[in-house]
Amino acid sequence: MTDTIAEHAAPDLKAGTPLVEMEGCGKSYGAIRALEGVNLTVNAGEVACVLGDNGAGKSTLIKIISGLHPHTEGTLRVDGKERHFSSPRESLDAGIATVYQDLAVVGLMEVWRNFFLGSEIRKGKYPMAPLDIKAMREIADAELQKMGIFVKDINQPIGTLSGGQRQCVAIARAVYFGARVLILDEPTAALGVKQSGVVLKYTAAARDAGLGVVFITHNPHHAYLVGDHFIILKLGRRVLDKKRSEVSLEELTTEMAGGQELAELSHELKR
Amino acid sequence: MSSSVATKPSAPPPKAAAPARTQRSVLSRVLARPEVGALAAAIAIFLFFYAVAEPFRTLPAFATVLYASSTIGIVAVGVALLMIGGEFDLSSGVAVATSALAAAMITYQFSLNMWVGVIFSLVVALAIGFVNGYLVMRTGIPSFLITLSTFFILQGLNLGITKLVTGTVATPNASALDGFDSARAIFASDIPLGFMTLKVTVLWWFFFVAVASWLLLRTRTGNWITAAGGNQASARAVGVPVPKVKIGLFMGVAFLAWFLGMHLLFNFSSVQSGLGVGNEFIYIIAAVVGGALLTGGYGSAVGSAFGAFIFGMTTQGIVFAGWDPNWFRTFLGVMLLLAVLVNLYVKNYAAQRK
Ligand SMILES: Nc1ncnc2c1ncn2[C@@H]1O[C@H](COP(=O)(O)OP(=O)(O)OP(=O)(O)O)[C@@H](O)[C@H]1O
Ligand SMILES: [Mg+2]
Repeated sequence: MTDTIAEHAAPDLKAGTPLVEMEGCGKSYGAIRALEGVNLTVNAGEVACVLGDNGAGKSTLIKIISGLHPHTEGTLRVDGKERHFSSPRESLDAGIATVYQDLAVVGLMEVWRNFFLGSEIRKGKYPMAPLDIKAMREIADAELQKMGIFVKDINQPIGTLSGGQRQCVAIARAVYFGARVLILDEPTAALGVKQSGVVLKYTAAARDAGLGVVFITHNPHHAYLVGDHFIILKLGRRVLDKKRSEVSLEELTTEMAGGQELAELSHELKR
Repeated sequence: MSSSVATKPSAPPPKAAAPARTQRSVLSRVLARPEVGALAAAIAIFLFFYAVAEPFRTLPAFATVLYASSTIGIVAVGVALLMIGGEFDLSSGVAVATSALAAAMITYQFSLNMWVGVIFSLVVALAIGFVNGYLVMRTGIPSFLITLSTFFILQGLNLGITKLVTGTVATPNASALDGFDSARAIFASDIPLGFMTLKVTVLWWFFFVAVASWLLLRTRTGNWITAAGGNQASARAVGVPVPKVKIGLFMGVAFLAWFLGMHLLFNFSSVQSGLGVGNEFIYIIAAVVGGALLTGGYGSAVGSAFGAFIFGMTTQGIVFAGWDPNWFRTFLGVMLLLAVLVNLYVKNYAAQRK
């Protein structure tokens, strides 16, 4: 079921080579400094987990890599070359596919059109060349079924799917188009236990196929199942950066909850 | 590959276990098309005038209706695509006049070949479209406001420059200029079919609608137009070049406005500087009646043609029936209201879980 990833992985990926490197990266939205001084390396064949509270800057971090907005400080290197993505297209062309937290789907468009939006299959290279609608329908349908998602009709508007189904479409799409780096921004947020398991399996399969994966989550258990490398952000700064061998699940959970704060909370909630 | 995934045994059910697909019937798919309401309305209005107005029943009358429809439909199809792309253009009506005036005056004043004026005005029109689109994308100000400004700017320029150059409110008669006849053949000729004489604009209208339909439903660009109008942020996030698409749409409307401007110039030989004001709303109505959502992301090119046809039938039908044409505006308003209600219903229906 996860062979899609292996088929689409770039052939030159060698486990351990850095695909994305951020050095002292920061981002300001006008006066709001959402992210500052973050270092992050995503290696081929590794899952980098980014954890943190709401508003910690996780989405801001990955939007720099996926080209949604450029960084305002520091440097970003992709495949060893310094880059300053000014549009998601550039990032996609570099083999980076993203599942956004808000999913980035167009509600009134059909499921298959959403699946291929921005990367359509055409029957020619000339302007006005027709789309290969049949192929796109079949591929979208097959890829969704591989994830265990059965939509009633691949032609129905994606807005008519449930939140979890929509999330699965977004994930299936990224898996299909990501050749080098896969970014997942809280991919399991809306999912049931079974589909969460599928997503974690996909994440592991992408890692095994040699892709670099950035996995954002609030759930340290999910993170610990697949992560090779853990980064915790707090108010836009990195507060923890450890390899899997250097950190235990308990430590991760405690760090995420802010250790001291958790102790206080358990005291507060005591009846 | 999947053999290396540790958790494989609990893989999701294989294909065979998939629940049976409920393939929607052809009828329910047809009914879900945006232009269905407009088609039904067009048929109803046709039958109505056919019943009440005897002169309406002749073929020449039908040719007149088609001609009137084409003069709206040519620009309306561009406006429909623009609205599907999530934007408005209030300057499309005056841009028609600007194009015609520019072509007539530059040719006349410098004693050039008519074709130089045709090309010159095309450049002017495309520049107007580009500026509209560029400003909307660059500033993020709603296109309603940007093109409202362009509307006033162009309206003033049309009147002011015409007065400055010619001393009157209209251009001099251009029919004696070099190249007028060949241009007229393309933009304003009559096509005798034996049983009726058709204006060439009708054929152009069909052609533009066909191209627009193809573009919208069968090409990548069409996908991008719908996506840019349906959810601009999402479209951008998956790699759709939204600014290019939208600037292109504004330029498309400007191109069609230019085309209609050329028709009017070569049909009437002289152009009034106040021409076209108010028509922008009629184009928008035709697009909305044809199923385009004001909020973008949904609509049809063929629908705009039905909308324009309804317009053509009504303007001519009222005349053929011998009624007071003043009622026409009221009728237009009622049509728009009905169309918006139908669209609202359609959108809710489409957004419903099935
Ligand atoms: N477009 C924006 N304009 C202004 N401020 C923004 C914008 N996007 C994010 N921010 C701010 O940046 C900070 C970090 O936001 P971000 O979305 O990266 O958090 P997050 O870690 O992804 O949170 P969550 O877990 O809720 O998704 C927040 O304080 C937010 O208000
Ligand atoms: Mg976030």
